[in-house]
Amino acid sequence: MSRPLDPRLLREARGARTAVVAAVVLGLVTTGLVLVQAGLLARVLARALLDRDAGLAELGPELAALAVVMAARAAVSWAQALVQARCAADVRSTLRRRLVRHAQALGPSWLAGERGGELTALVTRGLDALDPWFGRYLPQLVLAVLVPIAVLVRMATVDPLSALVVGLTIPLIPVFMVLVGLHTQQRTERSYDRMAALSGHFLDSMRGLPTLRVHGRAAGHAGSVRRAGEALRRSTMQTLRVAFLSALVLELLATLSVALVAVQVGLRLVHGDLPYESALLVLLLAPEAYLPLRRVGAEHHASQDGAAAAERVFAVLETPLPAAGAAPVTGGGTTTLEGVTVRLPGRDAPVLDDVHLELRRGERVALVGPSGAGKSVLLDVLLRFRVPQQGRLLLGGDDLGATDPRAWRARVAWLPQSPHLLAGTVADNVRLGLPAAPPAAVASALAAVGLPGTEDVQLAEDGAGLSAGQRRRLALARALLRVEVLGASLLLLDEPTESLDAASAAVVRAALADLPRTVTVVAATHDAGLAGAADRIVRVDAGRLVEDGVRAAAVPA
Amino acid sequence: MTRLRRDPLWRVLALAAPVRSRLLLAALLAVVTVGCAVALAGVSGWLLATAAGQPPVRSLAVAVVGVRAFGLARGVSRYVERLAGHDAALRVLSGTRSDVWTALEPLVPAGLPGSGRGDLLERLVGDVDALQDLYLRALAPPVVSAAIGVLAVGFSVWLLPFAGLALALGLVVAGTAVPAAVVLVDRRAARHRAPARSRLTAATVEALAGAADLEAHGAADAALERVLSADEQLRSTGRSAARAAGLAEGLQVLAGGLVVLAVLLAGVPAVAAGTVDGVTLAVLVLVAWACQEVTAPLPDAARALVSARAAAVRLLELLDAPAPVPDPLAPRPLPEGPLGVVVRELVVRYPGAARPALDGVDLDLPPGRRVALVGPSGSGKSTLVDVLLRFREPTSGSVLLGGVDVRTCAQDDVRRVVSGCLQGAHVFATTLHDNLLLARPAAGAVEVEAAARAAGLAEWARSLPQGWQTPAGEAGALLSGGQAQRLSLARALLADPPVLLLDEPTAGLDRELADAVMADVLRATRGHTVLLVTHRLAGLDEFDEVVVLDAGRVVQRGPARELRAVPGLFRELHQAEQAADALLSLPWPQRPSARTAEPQGRR
Repeated sequence: MSRPLDPRLLREARGARTAVVAAVVLGLVTTGLVLVQAGLLARVLARALLDRDAGLAELGPELAALAVVMAARAAVSWAQALVQARCAADVRSTLRRRLVRHAQALGPSWLAGERGGELTALVTRGLDALDPWFGRYLPQLVLAVLVPIAVLVRMATVDPLSALVVGLTIPLIPVFMVLVGLHTQQRTERSYDRMAALSGHFLDSMRGLPTLRVHGRAAGHAGSVRRAGEALRRSTMQTLRVAFLSALVLELLATLSVALVAVQVGLRLVHGDLPYESALLVLLLAPEAYLPLRRVGAEHHASQDGAAAAERVFAVLETPLPAAGAAPVTGGGTTTLEGVTVRLPGRDAPVLDDVHLELRRGERVALVGPSGAGKSVLLDVLLRFRVPQQGRLLLGGDDLGATDPRAWRARVAWLPQSPHLLAGTVADNVRLGLPAAPPAAVASALAAVGLPGTEDVQLAEDGAGLSAGQRRRLALARALLRVEVLGASLLLLDEPTESLDAASAAVVRAALADLPRTVTVVAATHDAGLAGAADRIVRVDAGRLVEDGVRAAAVPA
Repeated sequence: MTRLRRDPLWRVLALAAPVRSRLLLAALLAVVTVGCAVALAGVSGWLLATAAGQPPVRSLAVAVVGVRAFGLARGVSRYVERLAGHDAALRVLSGTRSDVWTALEPLVPAGLPGSGRGDLLERLVGDVDALQDLYLRALAPPVVSAAIGVLAVGFSVWLLPFAGLALALGLVVAGTAVPAAVVLVDRRAARHRAPARSRLTAATVEALAGAADLEAHGAADAALERVLSADEQLRSTGRSAARAAGLAEGLQVLAGGLVVLAVLLAGVPAVAAGTVDGVTLAVLVLVAWACQEVTAPLPDAARALVSARAAAVRLLELLDAPAPVPDPLAPRPLPEGPLGVVVRELVVRYPGAARPALDGVDLDLPPGRRVALVGPSGSGKSTLVDVLLRFREPTSGSVLLGGVDVRTCAQDDVRRVVSGCLQGAHVFATTLHDNLLLARPAAGAVEVEAAARAAGLAEWARSLPQGWQTPAGEAGALLSGGQAQRLSLARALLADPPVLLLDEPTAGLDRELADAVMADVLRATRGHTVLLVTHRLAGLDEFDEVVVLDAGRVVQRGPARELRAVPGLFRELHQAEQAADALLSLPWPQRPSARTAEPQGRR
């Protein structure tokens, strides 16, 4: 995989075509100015050497022209830097949007299997690594073809023999570049792997720092952080040894070629076969002919992190999305799981095994069963976070498979087992997804879960500092608001009373009991009180519904 | 001088002390590299100009060798220099990472300087990486410019004083004024860039870590918008940075050109006047030409210096944050043998809180005694656990361990004795086995098995295809809540500290399993010293004492049986729980419903 041009990246470059073309044009203008400048410089030096009478007055026009060319070069380099930044910025923003959107579309169940730290690093820093690829490498690739030709043509006008020598040695550079490049690519990819792993390792370690401290392992972990860094250093140095070696080879190759030219130019100069001005021009121009190719080599290495990051980006973007339709969800009535089987990678037994379940409108259903039995996965299927390998989800007898999952979720309210809270006020958190919800509704949802008057309390990122019970009640208020304001007709609760003390749990149970009969409630719970209040208790064991009991006393009339 | 020493950049540079000689070597090699380039230009200029006079070829032999030697030496020296520089930078980095980690350790969980998780990641990865530029790009170029600049100017002055002065002036402008201008333009962008990056990372972490909640609530698009607006902010700081970069490159090219022009303006009349010959002029001009390479990296170096300083300020904020629980200078050793805990008049008040989180709490936990701590959420149970683990300093009152005030002991010593299972304990993204062994790396298979069995984990682990080698996923994502809970319980049991703290060890388990696990825990900890924090009141009969906390005060204490007999908070909570249990244990008709029996021949 040592492609100098990843076609997928090239496709992305279309978004930045104007900027890339501008970068190439500016590069060519610079070359033109360099050619003129070298000509002027050679003339001035030659006349100063050969014509003793040539003073400032005689050389005035050349010196003035030189000053203009230098000012123009300065202006062009300034413009080049601006254009280079432009090239990458558009592509980066586009890819950032597509990555996050695709990750969202792949859904929470896909994200759960990813290392969040790595994906975050990819979306933020990883994409920044693309800058050199678009801003420098891509334009330089074009210039590497055009600039040597321009230089050779100019050189041929004064000394065809030198132009021939240079023209014959230039092709050696790309040959060596490919040979060395083949060797470095794989190593760079490995080094990127390690960098991403290091980032993930850090995040994991920091999250677990309290746990490490409790067990007296935090100090020992500093060593593991250092070892991870050392491992990265060793692998990076291995890569660099080869990458820099290639730069060395190219530099030596160019130096030797220039020396070859200089020696034959010098000899012809001594024998009077070549004028001094031409010899000087050839000497000044020869390095310029090799420079663009050597620079491609350097930019190629500088852009390798970007190319490796691009691999990851496309690996995510090319992960197929779960099957989903775009049709609106219509109708209502009974929600049915029909023959639903879900398998997770790495597990022999299915997590849900041919599950049939009917949820009638307004019904209260408790899902009970040992931890790990599949209750949360069942809720995931109802949320359409997970597409079952077999089976269907029906609403009022119609298959929901062809409908838009987001439209379906607009009818669903959910209390997850570990709710995620956002930085902001409590009210912002309760209003999640319903920014226009009336303040009175927010207040009453909070009151219902026993957190009245807390709307304006500020929360840190992910609600750091809140107790597990407070988090859960806050998230329940979120779900209740959805029922109240959006009229969600299906309320899914994953352990609504877990880590609540008896008194708070009673508040929550009362809030749930007050819900109107227009909403169907499914609660995965270990809470006997909650299950007892349900119309129906469904027991999940090892992925199967083993009992489906209806409490005679509690069946609604 | 002291001000310089206190400068963040200086303090961060001090972190590089262990690799000082490597950094020096890299700088020295950089001087050689650039020196070769300048000499190469001068010698080739002399070579051609002399050859134009058609001297005998022999007289050019030394210069021909010189051209080749400088050319080869430049390449080789650059190769070694780059390797040495990168090696030194990476060495400093891994050292700095672990320094930062070590600084972070005492701050968690109570003393972090106002930052979330995404921001911390940003700090560690981003700011430490920014320091890499300090070592790679900021340190060597000024040394190289100064050394080569002095040599080239000296050489030129010797040939033609006025040309030398022109070169000196040009180098000073290109080496100081240009970088200064760049820094000025860049400063604003640099000041906004890091916060913009933090915002982008925070928004991305939120969009990805909170994906499930956001998606379920139809707020995923809004989260994406937040990522994109953070991206837009970053882009605008990028645009300012690009303007600065453009300015730097433009001014650089201009300064280099003006130097060559100035040398020509000084040299041409000198040649006409016969002060110097045309050969010397060629050498002077080509040396001035090559000197552009000398100052070229300086604006970049200045930029790297500025952003490294901003990163250093933020890193030092973390490194300097006071530990919420300082260790004494001369910690007292803890006595040997079974140790008990005595808490007296303990008060903990959080800054800005209306009432103390703990308000005059007494607790006795003599060796072998098992005490349960119950109470509504927010009553102060977790605060008490934090104080006992030395994560929090008491506002007043005392905690004695084996008769020794814990404030006079090393925290690590205290946690070797008092340890256990935290609420929401972290499951690491490694195997189940490694997660368990974390508590006691030397534990043998038998001990692991016993701890796992006591936590109700053994059978499940055996049922997995990969057994104990099953990966737990990011933050235990591949485990259910109950499994994660049992894993951390097993970890605490395996650690087997003299005083075992268990904070809600059965949260997330169903009632039967919770009671079964608790029974196992009670059996496994018989004769041990245990403080159990729990919201479940059933099954506390075996405990020597139950302490009931409410709003930071102990409102009741005594054996569960006695507390149930008297009116009070314990009885109220217990009755509410019993009513709930009773509801579930009512029989219900067990009929396989028509729905579930119907299609596809279900059992």
